[in-house]
This record gives sequence, structure tokens and C-alpha cells, in this order.
Amino acid sequence: MAATTPSQPIIEIVDLQKSFGENKVLTGINLSIPAGNTCVILGGSGSGKTVLMKHMIGLLKPDQGQVVVDGEDLVPMGAEDLERVRHKFGMVFQAAALFDSMNVYDNVAFPLREHRGMSEAEIRTLVRSKLDLMGLPRSAEEKFPADLSGGMRKRVGLARAIVMNPKIVLYDEPTTGLDPITTDYVDEMILAAQRELGITSVVISHDISSAFNIADQIAFLSKGVILEQGTPEQVRASRHPAVEVFMQTWFGKND
Amino acid sequence: MASENAQQAEPQQPKAPHPVTQSIESVGRGFIDTIAELGALVTLGFEVARWGVRRPYRWQNLFFQLDFVGVGSVFIVLLTGLFTGMVFAHQSSRAFEMFDAESLVGPTVALTLTRELAPVFSALMVTMRAGSAMCTELGTMRVSEQVDALETMAVNPIQYLLVPRVIAGLVMVPILTLLFDTSGILGSYFVSVTVKGLSAGTFLSRTRQWLDPVDVYEGLIKGAVFGLAVALICCFKGYNASGGAKGVGKATTEAMVSSALSIFILDFLVGVLLH
Repeated sequence: MAATTPSQPIIEIVDLQKSFGENKVLTGINLSIPAGNTCVILGGSGSGKTVLMKHMIGLLKPDQGQVVVDGEDLVPMGAEDLERVRHKFGMVFQAAALFDSMNVYDNVAFPLREHRGMSEAEIRTLVRSKLDLMGLPRSAEEKFPADLSGGMRKRVGLARAIVMNPKIVLYDEPTTGLDPITTDYVDEMILAAQRELGITSVVISHDISSAFNIADQIAFLSKGVILEQGTPEQVRASRHPAVEVFMQTWFGKND
Repeated sequence: MASENAQQAEPQQPKAPHPVTQSIESVGRGFIDTIAELGALVTLGFEVARWGVRRPYRWQNLFFQLDFVGVGSVFIVLLTGLFTGMVFAHQSSRAFEMFDAESLVGPTVALTLTRELAPVFSALMVTMRAGSAMCTELGTMRVSEQVDALETMAVNPIQYLLVPRVIAGLVMVPILTLLFDTSGILGSYFVSVTVKGLSAGTFLSRTRQWLDPVDVYEGLIKGAVFGLAVALICCFKGYNASGGAKGVGKATTEAMVSSALSIFILDFLVGVLLH
């Protein structure tokens, strides 16, 4: 296994284009995400954030362009190769997407049972360690997703995403629909996962405050193109009109 | 002033097509959509077959579905069979009485049950009970991104979710058909012998004389075809659901209607092909 140095991009997207019928969603995305970083893709509703993220893990095939993950282009891959590449990923969905037929413990254990020939004792150790990392009490293990609060569900979703020790974790709007305190908590979780496990995190969000809390890098997406990419300070200082307008909604006009 | 402008601008808009053209167009579009959907359904069927023979085999999922589709439907299938046999015996004995041929009630009911009614009714009961559950469950999983979640965890959703359900339909509907046959014939025996006073010997010997194992096999083949079709249609509709709770509801309605229709259409086609 080739070690990736921090400066090397783990995800490299070149001229990615995607349309649904007449609707051009992505019109030439170029983006490179260094390994070990937290990259936030900021953008308003309908900017193509989710579509971009689904390309990164091969859920969608582009009309044109390359998606290179850890040195391999996903675009020409068949189902079998994609499955292999997906072992490098964990994904946290907007509404957690926990399997509602399984309890919390089985949800987190699911990827391990599917892919690793582990004994139940080994699985238990791993599952508990991830649940502990997310601050979930033992009493939550037997609960079903329907009985959990939104914030708890997010935490279980993240525990499930990191249980296989992926290189990359994708977060689909992790703070949407959460109250400010839970939002801070989720931000802290994302940072903890990155800090403790050395994960590369890709977060799509329209939440500016959360983005500036967690990002090493921010990419600003609008109408299917990346308008600005850089450190939070660079994006904050951007003179691009669309970026400025978006930033003003949070930082205020006179700032 | 503004409204005046609007009125002037109106004639320049493209003329709406003639109502006749419009209706022909909509019929044509509906036809094309149906064919396209049928194509997608058959493609999904091949995908299910392809993923069904590949490792890993998830026996637990399969047995769960066999239990849900098969064992769970035993009671209603037995009950439906019993009453179908009873009603059929009752009505046909009234007709046969007119020309003193009550002894033929047994074989008539047995033949109709084994060749037609048992597979059709069993498949309908499975559609209503298990098919609707399959469709709503898969639909809900689709719209709440659980299907995407499976895929991101490198688990093929067709293999994980659809294969066990389709196999369960294929295997269990023929078995339920046999149960339907049994309880239906018992029902007709009860009505003919106990209520109508036909001798038990006559009922049994006549039924044995006319009913051939081939008739039972024909019913079983039909059961397998219907089971496969119904499970595949319900999975297809659920798996491709979109648009939240409303979309899942719509998918389930469509799944029920298409499944029921396909049972009757396939019943005719298989019947013709087997003779």
C-alpha cells in the first residue's frame, strides 16, 4: 500500500461535467483535495454540491471528466472495481440513512460483518470504540434509529462511516437541520474523526460558520463551477462577486 | 396598459396543437413509456439473476424473506383456498344438480383449482401481503438514501435487497399454490359430502379419476412464473421510487396494479404455451 504524503491530492477532479437531461448541473469542475485535510465545499441550494459528492464515490457517472481517487480514475470502472475503491470511503448522509430495520449496534457493525471475516468479539470491540469516540452511551446500542434524536442519528451515521477505518469520509450537509449547539457538536465530531484517525474529510455544506470552524480548505461552488478554492482566509478575502455576496450573509456587509 | 400589452402579445405565442393531435400524442407517449418501463424491468430481472449467482450468498436474508413471503402467507392462503373450494363446490353443485351430475363436482373443482385458481389466487394474496411490503420497504429505503448508503459501503443493493426477495417469490408461490390446492379440495369435499350429501367414495374416486398430476404441475409452473413476476415488479417499483412519502405511495399503488394485471396476462400466456 503506497503511503500518501499529506501534500499529495487524494481526490483529484478534472473537468467534471454532468447534465440531467437539459439541465447542466456541473459545467467543468476542477478540484484537488490533499490527503489528511478537511475540505469544505460551500455552495447554495442547487449549486450541484450533492451531485459533485456522488461523483466522488462513483454513485454517478459523469458525462465528461476524470475523478481520480488515490491514483485511480473511477470514471471507466465497472461495479466490481468501484466496490473495491469504495472501501476507502465512508459516507455520512444528510438524514444519516441508518438502516431502520437494525438497531444502533448492528448499523455500526454492518460494514464489518459484510466485509471483514471478524469474530463477533472483535466486531464488538471495534464498534464500541467508534461509539465511544462519538460519545454515544452503551444504553443507545439497543435503540432503533426511529427512537433517536437528529443529533444522535448523525453520530451513529458517522460511527458507521468510520468503523472500517476509511481514508476518506464524505459528509453530505452534516449540520443541516440541527440547532446551533448540536451543530457545534457535529463540527467537533468531524474534527475528532480527522484528528484521531487521520482521515481526509470532504464536507458539503451551505453553513458558513460551520465551514470556517472545521475547514483547512474551502471550495466555493456556484452554478456547477468552483469559483474559489483555498484556505478559509483566502476564500474570505475573495473579490469574486458571487462569493462576496454569499460571505456577506454571514459576516455582514461592512466587515 | 399592461393587460393590453399582454393581449397583443398573445397571438404570437405558438399555437396549441389540435386536441386530436394532442390525444394521439399522449396515447403514443404512454405506450412508449410502458415499453421503456417493461425494458427496464426485464433488465433488472437479468441484473438480479447475475447478482444472484455471485458470492457472497446471504443465507440469513434469504431465509428471512422465505419466511416472510411463504410462511407468513400460509394462513391467508389456506383460508382463501378453503372458501374458494367451498363456494365453487356450492355453486357448481347447483348447476350439476340440473342434469344429475353432482358426482362431477369434485373433479370440476379440483381441476379448476389446480390449473387456474390456486396459482392465481395464491399469487394475488402474496402480492397484497408481501409484495406491498416489499415495495414500500424498498421505496422508503430508496428515498431515505439507505440504498445509497448500502452502495457507499460497497454492498451491492441488488444483491443484498432484491435477490432474496425475488428468490422468495419464485420458490414460495408454488408451495403456497400446493397448500391452496389442498385446502380448496378439502373445502369442496366438505360442501359436497357434508352439506350436499354426496357420498365420500364417489367424490374421491371421481376426483382421482379425472385429476392428473400434470394438472398440478401446470399450476406449480404458473405459481413459479407469477411469483417471479410479482416479486420482481414490486421490487422494481420500490427500488426506483422517488419523491418522498408520496412517491413511495404512488410506487406501491402502481406495483399492486401492475402485479395483479401481470398475473392475469401471464396466466393466459403460460396456459397457451403449455398446451
